[in-house]
Amino acid sequence: MEWGGILAYLVSFAIMASIYAVFCLGLNVQWGYTGLFNIGIAGFFCLGAYTSALITTPKPTGVYAQYVKQLFGLGLPFPFGLLGAALICGLVAFLVGIPTLRLREDYLAIATIGIAETFRLIFNNEQWLANGPRGLMGLPQPLQGLVPPEYYNYLYLGIVFSVMWLIYLAIELAIRSPWGRVLKAIREDEISAAMSGKDVFRFKMQSLVLGSMIMGIGGALYAHYTKAISPDVFTPLYGTFIIWVMLMAGGSGNNRGAILGAFLVWGIWIGTKFLTDLLPYTMKARAPYIRFLIVGILLELILIYRPQGILGEEKRVSRFLED
Amino acid sequence: MLELFVYGIVLGSIIALGAIGLTLVYGILRFANFAHGELMTAGAYVALFFVGTLLPRLGIPNDPLSPFSFGWRMVVAFPLAMAAVAAVAVLLDRVLYRKLRQKGSTAVMMAMSALGASLILRMIVLILWGGDYRSFFPGVLRPAVELPLGIKVRPDQILILAVATVLVVLLHLFLHHTKIGKAMRATADNMELARISGIRTERIIVWTWVIGGCLAAAGGVLYGIDVQIHPGMGWNFLLPLFAAAILGGIGKVYGALIGGLVIGVLQQLSTAWLLPTYKPAVAFIGMIVILLLRPQGIFGGKD
Repeated sequence: MEWGGILAYLVSFAIMASIYAVFCLGLNVQWGYTGLFNIGIAGFFCLGAYTSALITTPKPTGVYAQYVKQLFGLGLPFPFGLLGAALICGLVAFLVGIPTLRLREDYLAIATIGIAETFRLIFNNEQWLANGPRGLMGLPQPLQGLVPPEYYNYLYLGIVFSVMWLIYLAIELAIRSPWGRVLKAIREDEISAAMSGKDVFRFKMQSLVLGSMIMGIGGALYAHYTKAISPDVFTPLYGTFIIWVMLMAGGSGNNRGAILGAFLVWGIWIGTKFLTDLLPYTMKARAPYIRFLIVGILLELILIYRPQGILGEEKRVSRFLED
Repeated sequence: MLELFVYGIVLGSIIALGAIGLTLVYGILRFANFAHGELMTAGAYVALFFVGTLLPRLGIPNDPLSPFSFGWRMVVAFPLAMAAVAAVAVLLDRVLYRKLRQKGSTAVMMAMSALGASLILRMIVLILWGGDYRSFFPGVLRPAVELPLGIKVRPDQILILAVATVLVVLLHLFLHHTKIGKAMRATADNMELARISGIRTERIIVWTWVIGGCLAAAGGVLYGIDVQIHPGMGWNFLLPLFAAAILGGIGKVYGALIGGLVIGVLQQLSTAWLLPTYKPAVAFIGMIVILLLRPQGIFGGKD
């Protein structure tokens, strides 16, 4: 491979890792800072991607309308897609939170699995909504005409990276505010937080909604990168599990850890592909399973030997405090 | 409609077998075992290994025991699958959950570990057997008999119901009339108190996994006898299992039994209006309704 090829490969790697970093940041708000156990990230991933797709593509006309069915197509620019994805995901998170956030912590987990499975089933079976199992194609990319197509990924990396950075700064700001300290108090001891006069349910709800909105943005960023989405992408494996491994590896409760974990685990994931390429031809079809097995074992090792992750949680809660 | 109800009872008895194990583990180890569905998958595939690979080599004939679709191979494979999955469940506890217990990890960390274990189990099944749908006895005709009121059922389905009933009765006898069963119930009530009374709780935990694993394997194999098996079946069972356990009240064995039947019937009846692929979603909606109306479950008191 020549240098240009390697560089292009690195750019596409960085785009995917940054998109996953967005999900990790969203999950970090929920799990890292508030202790909310959301294992239905794939649901918000899926919903964000589809929402943005429906907002930014025009409704198919003429011959296309026979092959591509979708509920609506607004043909609006990219930022509206991101915004719509965030809003819809926030709304769904709110609805999921109502029955679960007052109950034991694992009920939220089960409910989020349910939401993720339900969305995947709906998008897979309801042809009229977003073209069923064939999915949507030809999603527009922002600022497409600005650079020649072969250099477009560099531009998109810039966009993804800026979005990720803005989200990072926003969360850092929020977490270091009194609001963020309440979240951590709830995570550490819900009853004490309630006794200090904090409305635990409300703060949990805000954290769940905020994190899910960020996940929705991640889904939208993904959709406009691949330009084509179908329900089979948003499985629990790619959509939920790997993101958890990323956050746990990097260090939950640490935003830099979330980003580090995303790049590191995505690197490991890509690296295992090179490893399974060495397998004999007959085993090739089952290579993805071996790769996921490795990721699963990685998670178990982290949980047992280094549950705080690589960076661990940042102890300092405010810049006004000494260490 | 009545027919769907009967099919629902059959599916419900399979769900109940998984949900009882889930609720036992929940009650004693106090974490949500997200790998419980995969224990069902493991049971089904171990049985497939015996009936499809090992037992034919030992020369055990495959003639179906009329009127059922399976023969002596399955009769031999069934208890072996249960034992194997019980061993898998105990092994998972040894290498994963016990380490976390000793470190004093929270219930959520244990649940996350279980989620990882579910992925690992599913991937091992996929690596060994591939992702296709499989039948225990491909090509065997499975005629239905007609019961009164025009209900068509296969003899297999009646047998599934019978086996599930026998297992639940055995579990009842075990929990109420053996020393270990009584110790298990005491541990579920209050682990600290049980330990002070001289109950070796680590041993109780092993027993919990053995029973949970056996019942899950039985559920998985029975499901395979009813329809077909595939590596994703356990994951699809996860929502019904939790819905059943929550409906019955976490930790309540008979609650999980009733919950399983209710969810099974609900899932089958829904196919009159919805695509069958929506079954997990139906269980999910049912669960949300329970959480809104009576989060402690039908049989649960205040936690």
